[in-house]
Amino acid sequence: MSVALARPRLRTPGLPVPLVLGVLLVGAWAVLAVGAPWLAPYDPIAQDMAAKLQPPSAAHWLGTDNFGRDILSRVIWGARIDLQIGFLGVIFPFLIGTCIGAISGYAGGIVDNVFMRLVDIVLAFPFLVLMIAIIAVLGPGLASFYIAMALVGWVSYARLIRAQVLVLKHADFVLAAKSLDFGHGRILFRHILPNALTGSIVFAMSDAVLVILNGAAISYLGLGVQPPIAEWGLMIAEGQGFITTAWWITTFPGLAIVVLAFGFSLLADGLGELLGVRE
Amino acid sequence: MHRFRFVLWRPLQLLPVLFGISVITFVLIRSIPGDPARLLLGTRATPTALAKIRAQYGLDEPLWTQYLYFLQNLSQGEMGRSIVFKIGVLDLMANRILPTVLLVVGSVILSLLITVPLASLAARNRGRTVDHAIRLVSTAGLGLPAFWLGIMLIILLSVNLGLFPVAGFGDTWLDRLHHMVLPCLTVALALSAVLTRNLRASMIAEMASDQATAARARGLPERVIFRRHVLPNSLVPTINLLAVNIGWLIGGSVVVETVFSLPGLGQLLVRGIFARDYMVVQAIAMAFAVATVLINFLADVLTVAIDPRIRL
Repeated sequence: MSVALARPRLRTPGLPVPLVLGVLLVGAWAVLAVGAPWLAPYDPIAQDMAAKLQPPSAAHWLGTDNFGRDILSRVIWGARIDLQIGFLGVIFPFLIGTCIGAISGYAGGIVDNVFMRLVDIVLAFPFLVLMIAIIAVLGPGLASFYIAMALVGWVSYARLIRAQVLVLKHADFVLAAKSLDFGHGRILFRHILPNALTGSIVFAMSDAVLVILNGAAISYLGLGVQPPIAEWGLMIAEGQGFITTAWWITTFPGLAIVVLAFGFSLLADGLGELLGVRE
Repeated sequence: MHRFRFVLWRPLQLLPVLFGISVITFVLIRSIPGDPARLLLGTRATPTALAKIRAQYGLDEPLWTQYLYFLQNLSQGEMGRSIVFKIGVLDLMANRILPTVLLVVGSVILSLLITVPLASLAARNRGRTVDHAIRLVSTAGLGLPAFWLGIMLIILLSVNLGLFPVAGFGDTWLDRLHHMVLPCLTVALALSAVLTRNLRASMIAEMASDQATAARARGLPERVIFRRHVLPNSLVPTINLLAVNIGWLIGGSVVVETVFSLPGLGQLLVRGIFARDYMVVQAIAMAFAVATVLINFLADVLTVAIDPRIRL
């Protein structure tokens, strides 16, 4: 059985401008990340002490760091890690939060109560502080970051989905599905959930901005990606000792974060506009 | 005053949350691999000394008994000792709280000073170039990493122009304020991006409200309508947004304190993790969580006090 939903007719034939710009920006970084081995002019890790701390030039467009490593190449290779952070750091909380929120909203009663109190407690902690505390237990590293992200980040998705499910579970199409004697699992995951996801997909895009910033901040603090891997937050930390002599080491990786995050912000705005979701 | 009755029962509702906070921090710290007794005494401790410490701290008892000890100590204001600084954790935190409080309060004030004029300008020129420019800048600002922004401000204003100190915290009050300008500006700029978008939206909604229309019908100039009717009403959601973002603000201050080597609680937390000073990590994580809960509660009280229509 399929439920025919009236598709919202778009007033303008084209796509929203922010959406197009966002797709272009994020897409450009994705191309750089995938093509890093061919596009980066130098090895991101190879040291060249003869060429250390060089300002931007024709040979090194964005300059070199204190080990003579090419900043442009490190920024391009860093896109792999930071895009991965944005993707995995959103997808795990999204999946966990969606399941918990859906079950919580659909089941109601004591299940709902227990999950929502848990949400309250997790939300009471400042996000980054809880992340840092969890990473302290697991030990520094990218894997710990993803686990901490999954443990902390699911709450927003659970809340969003739960609110949607609470409304949708009284909808006519659910009543119809019930009257056909469908099981709870089928009703929840095949009928209610697909209709409840729109808002959290838009939220996931703006969440990607926060996740990328958090990932970079955790690496900046020395708790995430470990040297000598090229990651933007770590590059900023490594360059901080040279701000009086070599501004380019910290400036360009930061700009890379800003541009990628801007892309996701535009994507979120544009997608929200397209799907008619207000944050 | 029955509107304020929630001030009495809301704290009771907060008790489970506070209980949960204590359980989570306790479990987190106890799940750190390694023997706490060995951590306290070092690697060359004798077995008898280790056993003595275990008995003294109750480490040889079951976990739930240990949790009860933990609660008992907590109620007596005893949070353990720092193994790095060799003093009580609470005393240590008392020494470090000032820069953090100054940073959070200072950046909230600064961010309002930045946000209110920008949002007003954008809302009153809706759809014009100024509005588009402000929206573009604030959208881009959402993705500004605070630690990078801080370093850029250091390069620009401290290294090149020599206006502010690069790092640290002064001794006299004047000196301290001078040291706090850049850290506060860093957090405030990042925060303003979030607030400006929100405040602009609620100002535009208020400008189309019935009371604004009524004021226009009475012939009040647009400037007066904006100041007396639109601004106060649109600030309420922004204050709530500030409270919701207090956790984000504290997290941001942890990073920014590290950037500027401010001797605050955030820096202590990060250093505590690297030094394996777990009593300190536990106490600060809990203190930040409790502060977040209390500030959200205060924001609720403030909202009710400002807006008589709101019932909680």
